[in-house]
Amino acid sequence: MTGLECVRFALAALRGHRLRSILTLIGMAIGVAAVVLLTALGEGARLYITGEFAALGSNLIIVLPGRTETTGSAPITGGTAHDLTLQDAEAVQRRCPRVRQVAPISLGSARVGYGERRREVTIMGATPELLPVRRLDVAIGQFLPPGDPRRGAPVAVIGRTVQHELFGSENPLGRSIRIGDWRFRVIGVLGEKGQSLGADMDDMVIVPVASGLKIFNQTSLFRLLIEVAAHSEIDAARRDVLRILTARHQEEDVTVMTQDSVLGAFNRILGALTLALGGIAAVSLSVAGLGIMNVMLVSVSERTPEIGLLKALGAPPAAILRVFLAEAILMSAAGGGIGLLAGFAGAFVLRLRFPLLPTTPPHWAVAASLVVSFGAGILFGLLPARRAARLEPVTALAGGR
Amino acid sequence: MIDLRGLTRHYQVGDQTVRALQEIDLTIPDGDYVAIMGPSGSGKSTLLHILGCLDRPTSGSYRLDGREVGTLPESDLARVRSRKIGFVFQFFHLVARLTAAGNVELPMILAGLPVAARREKVAAALGAVGLSDRADHRPDQLSGGQRQRVAIARATVLSPSILLADEPTGNLDRSSGHEIIELLERMNRDGLTLVVVTHDPEVGGRARRNIKLVDGRIVQDGAPR
Repeated sequence: MTGLECVRFALAALRGHRLRSILTLIGMAIGVAAVVLLTALGEGARLYITGEFAALGSNLIIVLPGRTETTGSAPITGGTAHDLTLQDAEAVQRRCPRVRQVAPISLGSARVGYGERRREVTIMGATPELLPVRRLDVAIGQFLPPGDPRRGAPVAVIGRTVQHELFGSENPLGRSIRIGDWRFRVIGVLGEKGQSLGADMDDMVIVPVASGLKIFNQTSLFRLLIEVAAHSEIDAARRDVLRILTARHQEEDVTVMTQDSVLGAFNRILGALTLALGGIAAVSLSVAGLGIMNVMLVSVSERTPEIGLLKALGAPPAAILRVFLAEAILMSAAGGGIGLLAGFAGAFVLRLRFPLLPTTPPHWAVAASLVVSFGAGILFGLLPARRAARLEPVTALAGGR
Repeated sequence: MIDLRGLTRHYQVGDQTVRALQEIDLTIPDGDYVAIMGPSGSGKSTLLHILGCLDRPTSGSYRLDGREVGTLPESDLARVRSRKIGFVFQFFHLVARLTAAGNVELPMILAGLPVAARREKVAAALGAVGLSDRADHRPDQLSGGQRQRVAIARATVLSPSILLADEPTGNLDRSSGHEIIELLERMNRDGLTLVVVTHDPEVGGRARRNIKLVDGRIVQDGAPR
């Protein structure tokens, strides 16, 4: 019996038991589709969050005053760290050629008022460099003007939410607002940005960094955001920055983080998430595998008389196994194919519906789902067929009893 | 030529041993026409299954054309069934999804015959049983007598030397039963060894030789009375 004839015979057999074949196909397809779709969702979430980070600028170094890690038992210097100052920012900008620009930031929270309206808002002190470093844009008016960062002009750029809450439909440009006890002139409104890494850029007022320090009577900056010219130089730049600041402070009292390290942590968390989803998928796949097993076992034992007939007509055991193998392969291929199609179609629909979420099934999940459905289909198709092929023809003809 | 010597077949049913055949000695020369008769449970179907290599003896010897087949491995036995033996069942055992032609073709597909040779033989076999015009009908579109004729065409398409029929008329009305017997007898006249299991005395009476089984033993062997 040639391979082609096996396939033809198997096809005819599958068509002959239409309902059972369709049920088996559905069982396989659902298993494969579930795995593809679930892992696609997990992968999509991971890609979405990594994408968010990349949008912040992947060449970013963040400097925090003070050391975050605890070393030794009782630190001799206590908790007192040197301030992180505008001079530090200038020094980094001047002495490290790998750095493209430095955006010093101060942060505080104050009551902002215009006329009768008041609102508790985050006040960020910054320089013009913040705009490119944080990838912000200005909707109307202008951003902070360039100039000596140590001179704080009484000007402010406000977020969208602040604009709506304080001014309503009134044009805010040129108006004077109160921040704490100080007066500032509104020179611009930020474009809508929304939540970005936990900070609501819309509910914020940006003032020159010197003004920011003055309002809150601060001596130390909140952060330095440093953009490096090339991503490949980020580690070298990080060491340079640390060396420069350590030299200026005579001790290592700042923490220098790269975007990559934050990203790496998130990647690990999200990788775990994808794995968990994969676990769910594996469960659904094994359920599907069990379903395949049941249908195949019933199918083959139902057909024991047919196997008996084939033997009575002179079929050697090997030919019978080949026929059932062909059937199992056809079934698994079709079921797996339909499942893949359904899974990819589902992922595609999700991508259309939620464009932010790049739901793409990972290759390993696709491979695993196909391996399991093929494996289950062939194993549980062949095992009972082999048992039936070993029966005496007369026993098989009587249904294996 | 069939030659059985001291052949027994025992079944284990629960903890009881059923002695279906005991110490059978039997020789059937080529071209013979034998009816195996006896009450139900006498072992006549078991004997036919063993003759057709569908079942194996528990002990004793079965020589077919001089070759011991009772102990052959399964794949060799499959060849014997394919080339030497045709089997006709009481309930036809046609494959429901295949046409008459497809059913007749099946043993040749299993034997690995090329397509061209198969087509010719299918036509010839269906012609021999008078069903050339029903080749494309499926079993459920055929009458009982027609189905049994398809089964006979299938059993004889590979030109076996022995045709074994297990109650071939048991599921048919009188007139189609009669036609089937005549068809089988015509094939016997062309040289085919014909062994029929029946409990119909009329069918048995037509055979050249009657073998009567009771409780797994041959109690009578000779020309019908």
